[in-house]
Amino acid sequence: MFELLGISPQALTSQLLIGLINGSFYALLSLGLAVIFGLLNVINFTHGALYMLGAMFTWIGLTQLGSWIGMPELEVPYLLALVLVPLIVGVMSIVIEKTMLKRLYHLDHLYGLLLTFGLALVIEGLFRHWFGALGNSYPVPDMFRGGMRVAELFIPWYRLWVVGVALLLCFATWYFIERTKLGSLLRAGTENPRLLQALGVNVPLIITLTYGAGCALAAFAGVLAAPIYQVTATMGSELIIVVFAVVVIGGMGSIAGSIITGLSLGVIEGLTKVFYPQASSVSIFVIMIIVLLLKPAGLFGKVR
Amino acid sequence: MNTTALNKVTIIIFVLLTLVPFQDLVYDLFLMKVFCFAIFAASVNLLLGYAGLLSFGHAAFFGTASYVTAHIMKEWGLTPELGILLGVVASTALGYLFGLLAIRRQGIYFAMITLALAQVVYFAATQVPFTNGEDGIQGVPRGELFGFIDLMPSQNMYWFSLAVLLLAFLLIQRVVQSPFGQVLKSIRENEPRAISLGYNVDRYKLMAFTISAGLAGLGGSLKALVLQLASLGDVFWHTSGEAVLMTILGGIGTLWGPMIGAAVIVNLQNYLANLGGWSTIAMGAIFVICVLAFRRGIVGEISHRLKIKL
Repeated sequence: MFELLGISPQALTSQLLIGLINGSFYALLSLGLAVIFGLLNVINFTHGALYMLGAMFTWIGLTQLGSWIGMPELEVPYLLALVLVPLIVGVMSIVIEKTMLKRLYHLDHLYGLLLTFGLALVIEGLFRHWFGALGNSYPVPDMFRGGMRVAELFIPWYRLWVVGVALLLCFATWYFIERTKLGSLLRAGTENPRLLQALGVNVPLIITLTYGAGCALAAFAGVLAAPIYQVTATMGSELIIVVFAVVVIGGMGSIAGSIITGLSLGVIEGLTKVFYPQASSVSIFVIMIIVLLLKPAGLFGKVR
Repeated sequence: MNTTALNKVTIIIFVLLTLVPFQDLVYDLFLMKVFCFAIFAASVNLLLGYAGLLSFGHAAFFGTASYVTAHIMKEWGLTPELGILLGVVASTALGYLFGLLAIRRQGIYFAMITLALAQVVYFAATQVPFTNGEDGIQGVPRGELFGFIDLMPSQNMYWFSLAVLLLAFLLIQRVVQSPFGQVLKSIRENEPRAISLGYNVDRYKLMAFTISAGLAGLGGSLKALVLQLASLGDVFWHTSGEAVLMTILGGIGTLWGPMIGAAVIVNLQNYLANLGGWSTIAMGAIFVICVLAFRRGIVGEISHRLKIKL
């Protein structure tokens, strides 16, 4: 059947896997955007830049940091970066929330978008200034080298790891928000922050931590992406525009919705690459247009 | 009373601008570039300042018109007024299509949809042959206005650009001060109430979006003639961001704000052009400062202090 269409099963599976990986990133980022928007009413344009920071810090840790601090043999290993980098980015975001975003909550939502857009430009510009516009490659960590053979297909371990860990993280976030006590406070804060505050809950703290966690998710995706894509200063802004389209398609009403939409759009994009390569970069935008025409509120959206 | 103050300022500024070719202090090519971006920023302001709609995709209209005009001038050899007219027609049509989609969602989603749609135009521009990909359309001839005024001399081009700016300014003033503009403001202030008063809000938004797209196109077409170049940068999302920045820096919802904002940003970019990432960093920093501490913008602040409408 594949031969009839002139498509090899290898090409199909490898694009499917890339689609799943992209989909996991879309899911992780749109998830963070949705949670942040729910509580802060801010669309976080810096999300893409923070994803870039995740990949950039990972690369810096491996190749640059040692010589900067006078210990050339020092290398921050991949697994350590996977823990450390999201933490650093999370703390940075908390500083951003405390010093800047906090002042805008009483204003129109648009100001939050504009502020984070400006911040994204600053971060992206700084890293382009320091490290140039060219891509840097990050080697696949030793423990994930190689892959497995299924029939005639070769599946690299690292790609399986990325999909697995991203899915696990998505599920964990969903579980945390929908099934735990702390998550219920978060949902209550989304519904009615003033009432929650009146009940004695420290809402500003929840807001700050949520923002930090959402941004850490973006950085985590960035660390995962470093060995797959070229690490460049602009990798985030290219991604964030697609993620915005994903968010428009899914709507920001539901956590599970964001995950499902992100994953399936990644797969659809991957499949377009096999069947009609010219359209792959616009496939998600085309789907966005169709959804806007048929179901303006988005697939999982509440009317707003 | 208030409008006369505005008119006085307008007359003074335009009279001063007509004197530019007779001195050597200000470079006229620089001013022409400012005019193009002023019209572009004013188109964003028409939406943001008066209808409360933030478009992050206006580069699509600016760039499309720029490409169309450049192509027509270079390959078809038509006169510049026709080149601009067709550029504006193209961007207006595109604006109508985008508007139909974007007004289906409000607020923050509206901004994201316009950004995503503009990205489609950007991808299209990288694919279709007539844009020449990375090179863009270079060496666009300015042609002869109405078939007998050669626009190649810088002075002639300056008068023409100034006339276009004046026309755009008068059009915006007319739109804003008309009953149509009042309805737009009511939608910005309280959309449900405008609906309950019987206004077809979607139709007003769509019309505002289409007019705004046409204006952005006018800026883009003029730019193709002034700089004799149409390139991928014109349709890139950074350019959409620039127009929003000019509007905020100058003052949202003021007639002169986008013009002043454009002058400041174009000037800044001239200085920082050779410093790579710094131009982006400076733009981002101005964004942050304006949003945090200077939300009225330059003209907005002046008009607030002097209690006049500008």
